[in-house]
Amino acid sequence: MTAAPDTARGAGPPVAPPALLSINNIEVIYDEVILVLRGLSLEVPEGQIVALLGSNGAGKSTTLKAASGLLPSEQGEVTSGHITFGGEDITKMDAPERVKRGLSLCMEGRHVFPHLTVADNLLAGGYTKAGEAAETLDFVYEFFPKLADMRARTAGFLSGGEQQMLAIGRALMAKPTLLMLDEPSLGLAPLLVEEIFETIARLNADTGLTVLVIEQNARTALSVAHHGYIMEQGRIMLEGEADALANNPDVKEFYLGVGGDAGKRSYRDVKHYRRRKRWL
Amino acid sequence: MSTFVTLLVIGLSEGAILALAALGFVLIFKATGVINFAQGEFLLIGAYSFYTAFVIMQLPIVLALLVGVLVAVIVGVVVERFILRPMVGQSHISIIMVTIGLASVLSAIVQMFYGTQPRAMPPILPRGSVSILGGSVPVNRLWAIVICAVVLGLLTWFFQKSRHGVAMRAVADDQQAAMTVGISVRRVFALSWALAAISALIAGVTLADVTAVEMNIVNFGLLVFPVVIMGGLDSVPGTIVGGLTIGLVSQFVSGYMDPGLAEIVPYIVLVLVLLVRPYGVFGEKRIERV
Repeated sequence: MTAAPDTARGAGPPVAPPALLSINNIEVIYDEVILVLRGLSLEVPEGQIVALLGSNGAGKSTTLKAASGLLPSEQGEVTSGHITFGGEDITKMDAPERVKRGLSLCMEGRHVFPHLTVADNLLAGGYTKAGEAAETLDFVYEFFPKLADMRARTAGFLSGGEQQMLAIGRALMAKPTLLMLDEPSLGLAPLLVEEIFETIARLNADTGLTVLVIEQNARTALSVAHHGYIMEQGRIMLEGEADALANNPDVKEFYLGVGGDAGKRSYRDVKHYRRRKRWL
Repeated sequence: MSTFVTLLVIGLSEGAILALAALGFVLIFKATGVINFAQGEFLLIGAYSFYTAFVIMQLPIVLALLVGVLVAVIVGVVVERFILRPMVGQSHISIIMVTIGLASVLSAIVQMFYGTQPRAMPPILPRGSVSILGGSVPVNRLWAIVICAVVLGLLTWFFQKSRHGVAMRAVADDQQAAMTVGISVRRVFALSWALAAISALIAGVTLADVTAVEMNIVNFGLLVFPVVIMGGLDSVPGTIVGGLTIGLVSQFVSGYMDPGLAEIVPYIVLVLVLLVRPYGVFGEKRIERV
């Protein structure tokens, strides 16, 4: 994990650092019939926090599952396009192999191991880097002192916020170079959401960890991200520097809920953006 | 008093062997969710492969044990890879039917090669008997208890403390999450089957030494069901306590009441446990947060 300079945040055209993860024009089909991603491309430059925003069902989680290799466990398949990580084509690689190469995913809904203790959860997280587990464990406990206090407790009985910390800590145990987070704020109180995003920003600043985060809470996500992508119906609709996106009138209206002239808002305009013409 | 001590030791040894056999069942159930009706046949395969190496091929005992372990691992991994992996995602009933079929096939294979006559095996454990508190106790029974206790202790340590044990428990909890931390679920499945087959081998060989190498080992293997149900299906300590309880109860009933009744008393215990505590005496309560 090397610290990458915080390039070009909000300053003119991006001077893109080399992309750590790049997804090129992928299509994902579930159960051989349901087309979820239709030619999606995105890039995560090294050392940056990238936010992937979009409404429910846009395919955000599927994108992360494709990147982390979880699709086969859900009858999903990348049918075209390719995914490269650190210059290597990983489109067909096994999930555990990707973790070994430094690509970790924190799943939606936290997914801690409920019957294992906090310490065992972290130990399981360090499975691929067993040689360095003790060292990494110290780092994680230092980063999340709360986890150190609760190390003997059964993970299933922790609160939602604590479980999210544990899930992030567990992912860090694999010493990732890119951490993908799927809705870390899900079901958490606003203060905890702030805390989680502060943690993400701190991880990025302190260790240079590259982060790709999915979020419903667009405002919070864009406040810490360098770059943002907005997805709709399996494609990227809009991308840009986080600040530029946060000030984009369309984004404001649809994702931040503040834009537009309140007096003139009408449902027809909304439809204009959201719906395409259909024959049937 | 003397009868009591004898029955106690014999009951404990049967119980320890049973616990070891049942632990294999629990490993498979915990990690892969498969209810393996062929666990008794694994004991049989273990006993006969050791017998083949030790008696027929005249190998030294350590080498014979290694051959047994090798056969156990191969059988375990092959069963997982070619019989159960294609069943992933099928209903529980289908998987149970498959393991019942597997049980018939395995015992038929053993009968094909070795017939149904019991085979005599030269003693492995020391023979003779010692007197404890006035009761005469066979020495090989004491050794059986020691061996099973050591193996059970090692397996428990492996499961609780080692890196692969933690990985197995992680897979048992949440397969997808295990994949996201880089644990190969397939490898863990193969490992569980191999370990189950090895624990069955040790249980089978020990049992064969205190009884005989014969098809009846399968009937003994059937007793893992009362044991695991009493233990709650997925609890390691529960399995050990369950095994010892079933072993002791059936020995005491056989000694003090009626040997015929002893055959069915484990199943009476099974029904009673299901009536009173359906999740077993040590069953893990599911953790649910809403």
